[in-house]
Amino acid sequence: MNVLFRNVRELVELATSENKLISELMIEQEMLITRRSREEIMNQMDRNLTVMEEAVEKGLKGVQSTSGLTGGDAVLLQNYMKKGNTLSGTLLIDAVSKAVATNEVNAAMGTICATPTAGSAGVVPGTLFAVQNQLNPTREEMIRYLFTSGAFGFVVANNASISGAAGGCQAEVGSAAAMAAAAIVEMAGGTPQQSSEAFAITMKNMLGLVCDPVAGLVEVPCVKRNAMGAANALVAADMALAGVTSRIPCDEVIDAMFKIGQTMPTALKETAQGGLAATPTGRALAERIFGAEFVKGV
Amino acid sequence: MKFKSVFDIIGPVMIGPSSSHTAGAARIGLVTRELFGRQPKWAKIYLYGSFAETYKGHGTDIAIIGGLLGFDTFDERIKTSFDLARDIGMTFEFIPENGHTEHPNTARLVIGDESGEMELIGISIGGGKIEISELNGFPLRLSGNHSAILVVHDDKPGSIAKVASCLAEQNINIGHMEVSRKEQGQMALMVIEVDEPIEDHVLLQISQLPYITQVTKIAD
Repeated sequence: MNVLFRNVRELVELATSENKLISELMIEQEMLITRRSREEIMNQMDRNLTVMEEAVEKGLKGVQSTSGLTGGDAVLLQNYMKKGNTLSGTLLIDAVSKAVATNEVNAAMGTICATPTAGSAGVVPGTLFAVQNQLNPTREEMIRYLFTSGAFGFVVANNASISGAAGGCQAEVGSAAAMAAAAIVEMAGGTPQQSSEAFAITMKNMLGLVCDPVAGLVEVPCVKRNAMGAANALVAADMALAGVTSRIPCDEVIDAMFKIGQTMPTALKETAQGGLAATPTGRALAERIFGAEFVKGV
Repeated sequence: MKFKSVFDIIGPVMIGPSSSHTAGAARIGLVTRELFGRQPKWAKIYLYGSFAETYKGHGTDIAIIGGLLGFDTFDERIKTSFDLARDIGMTFEFIPENGHTEHPNTARLVIGDESGEMELIGISIGGGKIEISELNGFPLRLSGNHSAILVVHDDKPGSIAKVASCLAEQNINIGHMEVSRKEQGQMALMVIEVDEPIEDHVLLQISQLPYITQVTKIAD
């Protein structure tokens, strides 16, 4: 199969030499692989963006999951933010609240767009809709944000993994946060190289993160990990835009993530057998939700 | 490259809560139903690895049943699939297994009705993307790097040649092809990996060829 890029190095080199945005290369590659028109591809991503907007809107009104484990935190965060006294800044708390909103909707079996997975669906839209207020992007630039995220996610999915069952949470929220960081940089006017630095810095700080969902539900700690993923992405984007670089190249960080995932014990890869799922409270919650017989097996 | 489209990464649009355990599970159910070609009356679903451990919490069970009812990942009806299955008289059973599988998210679906049975092993590889590793005991050795179609057909002379020439007419190059059958003259399978994307009209054309029972795209 002919592709324009197989790793981040090729992506950045091509974007730099042809003086193109990373989002543009992702669109061109999609046209090449699927033989679809630019218009069709842009329209499909526009529809995905609309799904993300609707999910955030729903979550900010307040939702509850069936288990009762998650819901309502997005509302708390928005109310707190509107008082204007946040310590970490309005934009950051706005991103965090919108990431939480998306994942609360996901946990309540609402409609979301996986980015790159459902459990990590909050980070990319959460950061996008917060940065939107400061950068005032056009609709096309917002769609491009998703293509830039997608370009980096494409490399991770093919060279490592985006599955919590295969690679732990670092592969899901870790990838989502790093993808978002790279997209924030492009939207803020940074270079393709700076996008890759932001990606590497974020991913390095997500390495080793395990997947240990209480009762096997995509709720605890997934919702709050999306919150922190969004925060991580924004800080890393600012670092890269300031000129900070990663000593370990982006592709090597992705490879490290993959190898860490392979050596991670199965109990910590979405089996609900270890980590937070195996704490006394985690087990008690699982028992309350599914009954003692189910928990014995866990 | 297993993930070819940007929409494998930014997508699918789906009902929560898990892309691998809910959306991927729904797609395994849906592909099974498409290959069966009609609504199954009963289903036995064996779950392995992380699927076996966490299927209740992720709604993997209702998603697979939703897929077997013909619902796609974003179909709100997935949420009530158990009730909808009962309404049309489909019975089902979930059996969590301890056995080790190559990928942690694996499901074996045995489905059927009064006129036939089918068995399929599906794997959810992340982000909602799936692979089919076995059909009716035939291992499908797909590289995952190319588009692929699966053709169920009668074991008759000329059936393979007709499919191949149909693809040739569309300027689609075959990269790898496997043919297998259980018994001479009975049901047979073609798994064809191609270099170009396959559009729906090509599938329709193949399905109208003589001796062809079912055609499904199993990898994009």
